[in-house]
Amino acid sequence: MKQSFYNVISNERIAKNTYKMILSGDTSDLTATGQFVNIKLDGFYLRRPISVCDWDETTITLIYKVVGDGTEKMAEIEVGTTLDVLTGLGNGYNTQKSGDKPLLIGGGVGVPPLFALCKRLIEEGKEVSVVLGFNSAEEIFLKDDFEKIGAKVYITTADGSFGTKGFVTDVIKDLEYTYFYTCGPMPMFKAIESVATTSGQYSFEERMGCGFGACMGCSCKTKYGNKRICKDGPVLEREEIVW
Amino acid sequence: MVNTKVNLCGIEIDNPVIPASGTFGFGYEFAELYDINCLGTFSFKGTTKDPRFGNPTPRIAECTAGMINSVGLQNPGVERVIDEELVKLKKCFNKPVMANISGFSLDEYIYTCEKIDEQEQVGWLEVNISCPNVHGGGMSFGTSAKAAAEVTKAVKAVTKKPVIIKLTPNVTDITEIAKACESEGADGLSLINTLLGMRIDLKTKKPVIANKMGGFSGAAIKPVAVRMVYQVYEAVKIPIVGMGGASTAQDVIEFMLAGATAVEIGAANLIDPFASKNIVDSLPEVMAKYGINNLSEYIGGAH
Repeated sequence: MKQSFYNVISNERIAKNTYKMILSGDTSDLTATGQFVNIKLDGFYLRRPISVCDWDETTITLIYKVVGDGTEKMAEIEVGTTLDVLTGLGNGYNTQKSGDKPLLIGGGVGVPPLFALCKRLIEEGKEVSVVLGFNSAEEIFLKDDFEKIGAKVYITTADGSFGTKGFVTDVIKDLEYTYFYTCGPMPMFKAIESVATTSGQYSFEERMGCGFGACMGCSCKTKYGNKRICKDGPVLEREEIVW
Repeated sequence: MVNTKVNLCGIEIDNPVIPASGTFGFGYEFAELYDINCLGTFSFKGTTKDPRFGNPTPRIAECTAGMINSVGLQNPGVERVIDEELVKLKKCFNKPVMANISGFSLDEYIYTCEKIDEQEQVGWLEVNISCPNVHGGGMSFGTSAKAAAEVTKAVKAVTKKPVIIKLTPNVTDITEIAKACESEGADGLSLINTLLGMRIDLKTKKPVIANKMGGFSGAAIKPVAVRMVYQVYEAVKIPIVGMGGASTAQDVIEFMLAGATAVEIGAANLIDPFASKNIVDSLPEVMAKYGINNLSEYIGGAH
């Protein structure tokens, strides 16, 4: 973990209620895909934990959905603003277990951290399929980006306005894969749990106090003992999760 | 050169800055970020006789200038605290540590305090009496002068190290509880624990926190805390550790003027992991600004 100051170099709407922010600064503490940052916002006591969508030597890309007062404030942040950010938080995804044909499953605001993961898996020579579930066509984002880096992309929308009508499980039940990685809402996780045929990794969300393991605000029980979503997670392996 | 040293219950500490229990784990998470030996000491995660998972999540809610938590004393239990956590702490902290102890019955307090008192690394025991008494109808020990006195007496009987009783502010008259603890031999008092609070989500129309209510802390509660430290200082002779929303060196001095010998830093550590270090670093400069050379001379200075 590192505390650094970042310069906002872009912050724009990319889909319904969905924004992409690019931060410029020290990214050396990001070590795995699926990690998150914790951002201090003016006027709010607690920081806002946001998953990292992608990063390079000098920039971090975040994609976030406006879901409350904090993210609403984030969407108003202007280019050139300096932000106090804790980076390199959480364990992130482990790509070593993926096999040759990993499947990535994202639901809504859970999609962003899968992007850097997808890049990493493709760099490792793996054949990656991506299933992204949204409520409607106007909420879709990152589809072209995933395709551009060489993933096979399937889209589902709950209202049928784009791709397969229904949920991610309507697609993944017909796919062949060696392992899966997912991030999204709890109902989607439970649906995946009922159809998944391989081992996999889930990235969880919980209300956090500190985001770095100090306050025990986001603890959960696992088969291997208590874990803190922020520090020992957010990624947990399928075999250890207590549903 | 200004002097930040204070004497807390017979142990001299380099400065009065003490990260509060529950906001600093067992120290080593923060030791990855900075040398925690710069602190006066710190109060480690509330420890109970048996391991506890704590309350269901969500356990955290944000408020204006503060937060509510209902962690529920998650900890690995006193045996593992001694065998694992204190061993890890030894590698990164070479000062006496403050041991925060909780219990749900007199027997639990006695058991845990006796074991912790034997640990060489421990300088003080900070006994949290805000938990419900399972044999007393679930009412918090700290809300009754009689129950608070009983815990103090029982713990003092099995310990040699200074015992600091941590008081809850959720009472009609905190000075009555403070005096009861002092009369049974408490070596010091720390206050205030969190204020009972609640937040309701307008989207779900339900409480944010799974346990409905929780402990309200953070900058917003500081005036209440300063007032209670001031009142307790007038009621007792034993040292007071002040806390409640302190986030800057100015806040530390304010608590000391109210009557605190040392000051715990709580929620501030959670929003800025360097908060306690920054307070230690800026304290001499802030003292100089207000014409303070020897900090300990200003304890209770507002009276």
